[in-house]
Amino acid sequence: MNDAVMTSPIAAAAPRTSAWSRGFAHFRYVMTSNPVTFLAFVMLAAMIAVAVFGPSLVPHDPLATAADKALKPPTWQHWFGTDQLGRDVFSRVVVATRLDLLISVSAVALSFVCGALMGACAGYWGGWFDKLSGRMLDTIMAFPLFVLAMGIVAAAGNTIQNIVIATAIINLPFYARVARAEVSIRRNAGYVQAARLSGNSELRILIAKILPNTLPPMMVQLSLNMGWAILNAAGLSFIGLGVRPPTAEWGIMVAEGANYIVSGEWWLALFPGAALMLAVFTFNLLGDGLRDLVDPQRRT
Amino acid sequence: MGQLAIIFARVLQAIPTLIGIIIVTFLLTRALPGDPAAYFAGAAATPESIAEIRANLGLDQPLPVQFLKYVQDLGTGNLGQSVSTGQPVATELLRRLPASLELTLTALLLSVAVAIPLGVLAAVRQDTWIDQLCRFVVTAGVSLPTFFTGLLLVYVFYFLLGVAPAPLGRLDLMHVTPPQITGFLVFDSLIAREWGTAWSAAKQLLLPSITLALFTLAPIARMTRASMLQALSSEYLRTARAAGLSRGRVLMVYAFRNALLPVVTTLGMVFSFTLGANVLVEKVFAWPGIGSFAIEALVVSDYAAVQGFVLSMAVLFVVLNLFIDTLYTLIDPRVQVDG
Repeated sequence: MNDAVMTSPIAAAAPRTSAWSRGFAHFRYVMTSNPVTFLAFVMLAAMIAVAVFGPSLVPHDPLATAADKALKPPTWQHWFGTDQLGRDVFSRVVVATRLDLLISVSAVALSFVCGALMGACAGYWGGWFDKLSGRMLDTIMAFPLFVLAMGIVAAAGNTIQNIVIATAIINLPFYARVARAEVSIRRNAGYVQAARLSGNSELRILIAKILPNTLPPMMVQLSLNMGWAILNAAGLSFIGLGVRPPTAEWGIMVAEGANYIVSGEWWLALFPGAALMLAVFTFNLLGDGLRDLVDPQRRT
Repeated sequence: MGQLAIIFARVLQAIPTLIGIIIVTFLLTRALPGDPAAYFAGAAATPESIAEIRANLGLDQPLPVQFLKYVQDLGTGNLGQSVSTGQPVATELLRRLPASLELTLTALLLSVAVAIPLGVLAAVRQDTWIDQLCRFVVTAGVSLPTFFTGLLLVYVFYFLLGVAPAPLGRLDLMHVTPPQITGFLVFDSLIAREWGTAWSAAKQLLLPSITLALFTLAPIARMTRASMLQALSSEYLRTARAAGLSRGRVLMVYAFRNALLPVVTTLGMVFSFTLGANVLVEKVFAWPGIGSFAIEALVVSDYAAVQGFVLSMAVLFVVLNLFIDTLYTLIDPRVQVDG
């Protein structure tokens, strides 16, 4: 990356001043090369905006009940209708964005960090730690993952924090395996040997030289995994784990709406379900686009 | 090495996995919040009765001893007592297992029957509308929450169109459950010559299995397309074409059979998803399988039942994977056992 121009200090300084614009040019290249990736990026930005500003912008209080307005279909006043307690479905769907994103982002971040560290150490040093961690990951993968998450939440207690931990544990193998593979193919690369010869410690080589180079495939994995993490978390709350009823969350809203769908009140379950679907769809598109950029051969 | 020996070696390889599963489920049962003895003793317990229950459950022993006891219990098929139903957990699970298996297997058959032709067609007619359709189905399939698709199908086919029965279990109340032979209601009623019951059971089965199949369709179609594309661009296929073999023979015998191998390996991952999604689908359709049993148990904090469910699902998953591996050994003569 920075081995481009090292002839004179003046020439070296020139690209540095334009690092921002270079970054922007690369970003523009990524976005314009595939319109679908661009669309996914816009949707992600919109979703983050809704998560940040939504709760202060919604037209109704998401928890305010009104018995006289229960189970009304969508109108101009209530865009997504009202639920069995007369709460505004639109406001609840918007407010839920923050909680849903928070659960899945923290779960994925947790398993990204733990998985990257575990996989990197296993791939770099090998030996007993590699064997032990490999065996551990195999054991996790030996379970149907959603069922394992159910078991963990049931054993550790029914809280949002435990939903995050359970989702992180079942995602751990994916990150750890990518990190291990990416680190182990680089541990004797030319630049690593150069760094070793110039007296860097092993830990420094791993953290400063190898890990940054493994980031692109890891980021792709992250983006592909994110949608799945959202689905899992929503699935857990759909069966009644984690989030407690008055709280607005997509999974639990679909679960509550499920009781009314047989009598034709479709808006209760449809809108939160559609929001959930849109979020997962966004991350999947983004992941596919990023993977095509990083690794065009695996395009399927 | 003969094929039988290879299969035997695969079975041996599953043993460390099983040990890992048993250790994890043991740790999960012992990680209960609070004191399990106080929990089992109930609300009106005295310190003496709690101590007695603790001794009965073996909770006053050191962990390794408890683990040995746990393994012994498993060896005799004892998964503990379900607090909510008062029955042994193993009995409850066995009673509901056929319903879950019927649903899961029907869904898998359905999704394989659609996904493999779709993937093959998408690869053969790359970049045409059928390829785009395949891409759309695959992306939508992995983005749709199973419980949401299930509800949509119920709304459209039960409420709007009125062609599907109400999502209330395996059999309409009007019909009498046939004597149990296979445990699969459709087969059982066919054996008992109850045509009406068989038809009703099949109708009840249709929507949930379509829901589950939609979910598993995506990975299978995607993998079929990818591996078929790889086979189509291979050199042996070029040779086969150059030798003047017919198009059908080139596609079906040379390309398809080789493309099938990676698909069979992904089935393992698909099983993992299916067994998880099964729980959600069973809840949506009030399907009386082990998934809804586990959900009911979760709601009333019936821990023994939940952990028994987790353990039996994991064992089922290992057995399914073993089956896949055996199948793989049989269809791919190159397979050798490593390490």
